[in-house]
Amino acid sequence: MTTSPSSPASGPYLDVKDLRVRFSTEDGVVRAVDGVSFQLERGKTLGIVGESGSGKSVTSMSIMGLHNPKRTAMSGEIRVGGTDVLKLSEDKIRRLRGQAMAMIFQDPLSSLHPYYTIGRQIVEAYRVHHDVSKAKAQKRAIEMLDRVGIPQPQKRFEQYPHEFSGGMRQRAMIAMSLINDPDLLIADEPTTALDVTVQAQILDLLESLQKEFNSAIILITHDLGVVAQVADDVLVMYGGRAVEYGNAEQVLRAAQMPYTWGLLSSIPSVHGDSDADLVPIKGNPPSLINLPPGCSFHPRCRYAMLNGGPCDQEVPELLPVQGEVGHLVACHLPDQFRKDTYVNEIAQTGVAVVSEELA
Amino acid sequence: MLRFFIRRALLAVLTLFAISVSTFLLFFAVPANPVATMCGNRICPESTQKQITHDLGLDQPLITQYTEYMKGVFVGRTIGSGPTAKECPAPCLGYSFRTGQPVWDIIKNGLPVSMSIVIGAAVVWLTIGLVLGTAAALRRGGALDKFSVGFSLGGASMQIFVLGPILVAVFVYGLGWLPRPTYTSPLVNPLAWATGLILPWVTLGAINSALYTRLSRAQMLETLSEDYVRTARAKGLTRREVNYRHALRAAITPIVTIAGLDIGINLGGVVITETTFNLQGVGRYAVQAINDLNLPIVMATVLLAATFIVVANVVVDMLYATIDPRVKLS
Repeated sequence: MTTSPSSPASGPYLDVKDLRVRFSTEDGVVRAVDGVSFQLERGKTLGIVGESGSGKSVTSMSIMGLHNPKRTAMSGEIRVGGTDVLKLSEDKIRRLRGQAMAMIFQDPLSSLHPYYTIGRQIVEAYRVHHDVSKAKAQKRAIEMLDRVGIPQPQKRFEQYPHEFSGGMRQRAMIAMSLINDPDLLIADEPTTALDVTVQAQILDLLESLQKEFNSAIILITHDLGVVAQVADDVLVMYGGRAVEYGNAEQVLRAAQMPYTWGLLSSIPSVHGDSDADLVPIKGNPPSLINLPPGCSFHPRCRYAMLNGGPCDQEVPELLPVQGEVGHLVACHLPDQFRKDTYVNEIAQTGVAVVSEELA
Repeated sequence: MLRFFIRRALLAVLTLFAISVSTFLLFFAVPANPVATMCGNRICPESTQKQITHDLGLDQPLITQYTEYMKGVFVGRTIGSGPTAKECPAPCLGYSFRTGQPVWDIIKNGLPVSMSIVIGAAVVWLTIGLVLGTAAALRRGGALDKFSVGFSLGGASMQIFVLGPILVAVFVYGLGWLPRPTYTSPLVNPLAWATGLILPWVTLGAINSALYTRLSRAQMLETLSEDYVRTARAKGLTRREVNYRHALRAAITPIVTIAGLDIGINLGGVVITETTFNLQGVGRYAVQAINDLNLPIVMATVLLAATFIVVANVVVDMLYATIDPRVKLS
């Protein structure tokens, strides 16, 4: 595998530093990602959480090099196995795509080509990176279909995507993305379009495959329940910026950022008073062309300006939380105030249930 | 598949029956007397008119005329009676009111001309449309894309009877590179067939290609933004594989549909092109026949055009089912 980047003996497999992504559009410059950094080791899962338009998908597309270079300005570093993919030519990053890093998408029906059989699409993914006969690739594809839990893989191989159920399609997508044994798998809302019962199966499958292949997984979602189930680390994004970052325990059970609180409080819970539980975040996600000044969350933040802080003027830096290793937060509120507020107001909401599962 | 065919065939027969009846009725609803027109209006003596009316069978009840006509199409018939009677073998489409020529012969003369024009022009419009439209979509916003948009607009606003004479003036009379447009049977002289028809092909093809350029460009742009094209790129396929094997393959489906129907419609006669280049195709025969109240030719050309459209519809459905596995013929 000469095209695979040589990975350093130690350290994270994926290292993103100060990533900035901008698109020029007719309406102005969209700052889709504005200075995001994170690391991810093999065998670990990073959950990236945020509303639509927070920059999570743009970040993952940047890692895969899927943005149109003509319309996108990117800066920073994205090291995959030690190689900065932002500096690679289109042809070189193409060779990494599908091989060193692979991706699965939200809607498996629209993500699979309607005119080709599932088998053909998986074989294509294998043969683009391996110079093997069709028969060999077919055998491998059927093995993968079997591995992801598709019954009668031989028969399913010949079928078209529309003949599969939603969950089976996503399994086929996973088989396709893992056929080249990638070290990094990016799953962009992989369960959002599926039934709840199927969601759990797909997440279980991803977890067990991760153990088997020891790959690093980025799980993009807006669903904190999903994150609680599988993520080791969590990155919360808002308006293209990282606003909270830490391990799952820290972010989900000791959240420090009012936006994360908002996400936690808006999870419906089957326990407790059904009317009292849900506290939606008021307002809408900000325009990425014209972000609010200062902390971009301040117009929606219940606690903004409480201490006369510079919420509407200065962009808060992502700084360590006192006494917690690796927990970073971008908020002007005083440490102690945040800790108290979390304990007093947020901890009892619906997410407590999720946290129990986590523990 | 078989059931599909049987159903479609029955439907086609019904459609053609309805069209033949309505054409027949429409013709007789026109407040004009074909016989008087034929024998020169006022100068025609009453007795001659009567004789002609009788010979043409126009003195029979409508229903008899219609069933006689239909009988002729399938088994042949005898037209008229006495010494002027004519034996008309199947498929008998009758005789021209004007010249007494069998309509079947007229169709046999006109159809190859119309078909030659349409098939050659379709090759031109599909080639230009697909190549230019696809290339424009792949280089969106580039010089070629801007050209394609201008070309579509220009082509859509151009007329055959403007572009045709200009091309003839330049290539036939100006440069002398081509002979005057004529029809030669391709079985007799394929080269003369091609050189004689190249200007009609280019004219009709270029003007129709405007629509196909726009259509291909729009379809290609739409498929390029589809999720499965993103998946294809994420798999690490080359740009060429992504663009052609994944995007174009999907973009081409609606174009096949429209092209199939378009060709079917045009095969019934391309009047403006035929007239512009003075080629005697079925379209021109049809227009002349309508002006002359020449019922047998009107019936034949209308039924012919309808048959082409019905057949084109079935062919398009079959092609669609071949291209798109989600479509089932049933």
